[in-house]
Amino acid sequence: VALPSTSSRMIDVQTKMAGRALELLNLPEGQPCYLLDIGCGSGLSGDYLSDEGHYWVGIDISPAMLDAALDRDTEGDLLLGDMGQGIPFKPGSFDGCISISAVQWLCNANKKSDIPAKRLYRFFSSLYSVLARGARAVLQLYPENSEQLELITTQATKAGFTGGVVVDYPNSAKAKKFYLCLFSGPSTFLPKGLSENQEEEEATESMFTNKRVPHRLAQRGLVRKSREWVLEKKERYRRQGKEVRPDTQYTGRKRKPRF
Amino acid sequence: MKLLTHNLLSSHVRGVGPRGFPLRLQATEVRINPVEFNPDFVARMIPKVEWAALLEAADTLHLVEVPKEPTEGYVNDETFLRKMHHVLLEVDVLEGTLQCPESGRVFPISRGIPNMLLNDEETET
Repeated sequence: VALPSTSSRMIDVQTKMAGRALELLNLPEGQPCYLLDIGCGSGLSGDYLSDEGHYWVGIDISPAMLDAALDRDTEGDLLLGDMGQGIPFKPGSFDGCISISAVQWLCNANKKSDIPAKRLYRFFSSLYSVLARGARAVLQLYPENSEQLELITTQATKAGFTGGVVVDYPNSAKAKKFYLCLFSGPSTFLPKGLSENQEEEEATESMFTNKRVPHRLAQRGLVRKSREWVLEKKERYRRQGKEVRPDTQYTGRKRKPRF
Repeated sequence: MKLLTHNLLSSHVRGVGPRGFPLRLQATEVRINPVEFNPDFVARMIPKVEWAALLEAADTLHLVEVPKEPTEGYVNDETFLRKMHHVLLEVDVLEGTLQCPESGRVFPISRGIPNMLLNDEETET
């Protein structure tokens, strides 16, 4: 199997993402922290954490990747484990958590008995517990589509997290990266996504809170009950497979005052 | 597996909850690993340490010179912090087992890596 650590370009990409995740983690300046690395693989991201003076525990489901980490002599402690089964630590153990290119795997059902939403919820609820109060988790991931991203963020919200998705380089097919930034304390300011043209005003982040507004991501910027809002809602229902009347010139038209 | 990690690990077997701590440690191979001393980090970890569990693990591994509790003003006590640094970060369990105190489930440690994978029946729903 071709492991990411065997290609120098892949090493560079993984390390860059680890750097960005650590930046988004916003840890106190100059303070060595105890961090969790989910899907640590062969320890590329962990090495970056060590270089920055932090101590870490890595979890990965692949014995082959962990063997590679041992060969690379990484400094963090390693665990063989499945994040979908929960994180086996005491409450408040960690000052922060990063994950590089791993969390989307929870959306795959490897066995017939796997239910992605359940595995996601188990992961996020246990992650919430093992983080110290006010600590963050920054999870870089490759969502297959917006439905998958919404599934993931819904379960994170259910587990008690606030936060949002930061998108770097949204206009570049190659460079575009998603970082799910989760806060275990009260809502804080969400960092701005990176773009090639720093003057762009384009919104690259979406926030969510633990208020029950599940469709906020799609509804951002739309005035409620406007024609655009109605069209977006109908499109969403179509994506969910519901039966929806076709859009016509009358869709979302102004009604008489009794409505 | 370092003793700091052991002191924070807790069994996630279905139904066990907070009774899954601490995991009973057995070791057949232990290595001492020199790690650079960082007093800031050690001091920050002291409030997280569960002392009874640490002392039990240290006893199992026949470690000596293990502080029984934090000294007063430990943040500035280099002797204390160096001893804790050694116990928490330099003792590496390579081969052994961890046992859930509530369910009895055994998690093997191999090449320093605990195997925490559960079966379907053991996983919390």
